[in-house]
Amino acid sequence: MSQPAVVNIILGGIGGTGVILSSNIVADSAFLAGYDVRKSEIHGMSQRGGSVSSDVRFGEKVYSPLIPDGEGDYLVLLHPDELENNLYRLKPNGVVIDISLIVGESRNLSLLNDEKYLPVNQKNFNICLLGALSNYLPIPYECWQKAIFLNLSKKVHEQNRGVFEYGMKLTKAFSIK
Amino acid sequence: MKKLMFGNESIALAALHSGVTLGIGYPGTPSTEILEYFSEFGGRAQWSPNEKVALEVGIGVAFTGGSVLVTMKHVGLNVASDPLFTVAYTGVEGSLVIISADDPDMHSSQNEQDNRNYARSAGVMMLEPCDSQECYDFFLEAVRLSKEWKFPVLLRPTTRVCHSMSIVEYEDKEYIPVLPIKYNPDKLGRVMIPGYARPAHRRLREKLAKIKKWNETSHLNKEITKSEELGIITSGVSYLHVLEAEPNASVLKIGMCYPFPEEKVREFVQRHKRCIVIEEGDPFLVENCRYYGIPVEEKPEMYRFGELNVNRVRRILKGDTSPEPPIKRGRPPRLCDGCPHRAVFTLLSKTNCIVTGDIGCYTLSVLPPFQSIDSCVCMGASITVGLGLRHSLPPEEAKRVVSVIGDSTFIHSGIPGIVEMVYNPPPTGHIVIVLDNNTTAMTGMQEHPGTGKKLNHEPTNQVVIEDVARAIGVENVVVTDRISVFEKALEESLENNKTNLIVVRKMCALLRKKQQKNVKQEVIGDKSDVSTGGS
Repeated sequence: MSQPAVVNIILGGIGGTGVILSSNIVADSAFLAGYDVRKSEIHGMSQRGGSVSSDVRFGEKVYSPLIPDGEGDYLVLLHPDELENNLYRLKPNGVVIDISLIVGESRNLSLLNDEKYLPVNQKNFNICLLGALSNYLPIPYECWQKAIFLNLSKKVHEQNRGVFEYGMKLTKAFSIK
Repeated sequence: MKKLMFGNESIALAALHSGVTLGIGYPGTPSTEILEYFSEFGGRAQWSPNEKVALEVGIGVAFTGGSVLVTMKHVGLNVASDPLFTVAYTGVEGSLVIISADDPDMHSSQNEQDNRNYARSAGVMMLEPCDSQECYDFFLEAVRLSKEWKFPVLLRPTTRVCHSMSIVEYEDKEYIPVLPIKYNPDKLGRVMIPGYARPAHRRLREKLAKIKKWNETSHLNKEITKSEELGIITSGVSYLHVLEAEPNASVLKIGMCYPFPEEKVREFVQRHKRCIVIEEGDPFLVENCRYYGIPVEEKPEMYRFGELNVNRVRRILKGDTSPEPPIKRGRPPRLCDGCPHRAVFTLLSKTNCIVTGDIGCYTLSVLPPFQSIDSCVCMGASITVGLGLRHSLPPEEAKRVVSVIGDSTFIHSGIPGIVEMVYNPPPTGHIVIVLDNNTTAMTGMQEHPGTGKKLNHEPTNQVVIEDVARAIGVENVVVTDRISVFEKALEESLENNKTNLIVVRKMCALLRKKQQKNVKQEVIGDKSDVSTGGS
């Protein structure tokens, strides 16, 4: 797959949906793969149930820590309500990766309580979406695994390997515009 | 070594590698994690009750020859500005580096003041890092400069520097803290009576003149020579936006913005046909250029507000002053659904009180469904602004005024307000409600003197809020964790014309969850929901 000089990934959700953790994993994977990486996030009042988003950029050389509006390549959405807030930041034909990949068009988070999605559940589906994202990025599988291990406690490593691999099999992300 | 790090993390690492004796500060977004990392890395770190106290303790350590890191957010430097202006006169024996973490666009603040102005008005050198590598390098350089000139140094990262990650290359070093052995007195230099302060001011200006000369050729100011058509003068994170927005321009990045490297800038400007200053916030570099008679173009006024980014830099370069597309900020923050103090605000809305609020989570109760706060100015102002309302309003109206403050804010700067209430009681008395959630919640659950635990959560002496109030002389002090008791106490206080303090003590729901999680740590994917708050 051909990639532009800098790959721009936006992660969006609300406080508590794992945006920060997920963006750490993406940034660490890219770093482990040998790229220059910059990541930006907003802590702060957003943690009180407000919108949270994080920008991860990687490539041979990255300057600004913020993705310019309209230049995002991928949007990983950890809460369906946050689509509208982040869509304008994607470029034409930017790719949205969200929970519809797992549960279909309803985008109903509570469907993840169904055992048929195991090992994916409502708590770990962010890792699943990273698995789907990984299909698009020039980052080796080993780097993703190492980054996941760096960011999660040891007890859940094996489970999350399964969750990530489940995501790798999901390929129907949608393009916008 | 090469590592992907936050700006705050790399400042802490540099503090460790430079042998900082003590790291001290008060929590405030975006500065909070610096001391937490420093402590985690093995450094000695302490929270102070407020920024003034932190800086003064730091000055003491630096008087002995120790190496000090003092951290705070931009508005924290207002609180610490009193010692700042005079430590510029006294200087220090060891090293004193003060972090002022500014918050352009007010991601989590009540204003977006530009603290570069403090460097100029206090006469203290200031360094502006643009990313994590520079946070590391500039901190080391700040320590070196402070030692060499026996003088404090301000380091000013902004939210996008503190809370962004980028790659840092460094040499791993053992932590060998600077440990002074005896006090060397210098009465002429450190006792600022007018007779000693007058020559001290002259010494300060002489020192600044020498540092300015050094800064003219310092490696802190970086130049990229490209087109002769366009030269851009910039600083901090704006530098990175500039490199991306206009790769063909020549760039002069000012690393030390005060004392201003006049000749360096003049020479750069002379070599370029068009020279424009691209800086976030106030026109600080522009005003310095104007002062020295250097002709530069400045950004249109509309870009003074908020942060810069690549899109905005492109617009500035084009001179585009057409209205910008509105920033989509998404879902606003709100008081947590599980906050144990919600019931208090429900009640306050019902009782038709005038509520002077303070800085912390509870400020969010200004939003629906409560809309119960009527003012929020700065740390501690709930009590004192409330007293002002009571002094000036007619009795029936004055009686409705209550002040609401959190536990950490009470200790930060609420106590002098209690003294004021006891000393100058309004005829109708007053009511102070302390919402005690046992933590500094908004900034991400830091300890404070009221929790009885140190920065690293180890036990220490506890300051008990109600005991403080009683000792000061508050007439009626009630402590409860029950809303029914609170309701009754509030009803009585609204009528008793006395000085009242009601402590509602209920632990922050996020802190409770965090403590439970520490016992049973296996939840996946939601680390962030207990991490940081703001303010």
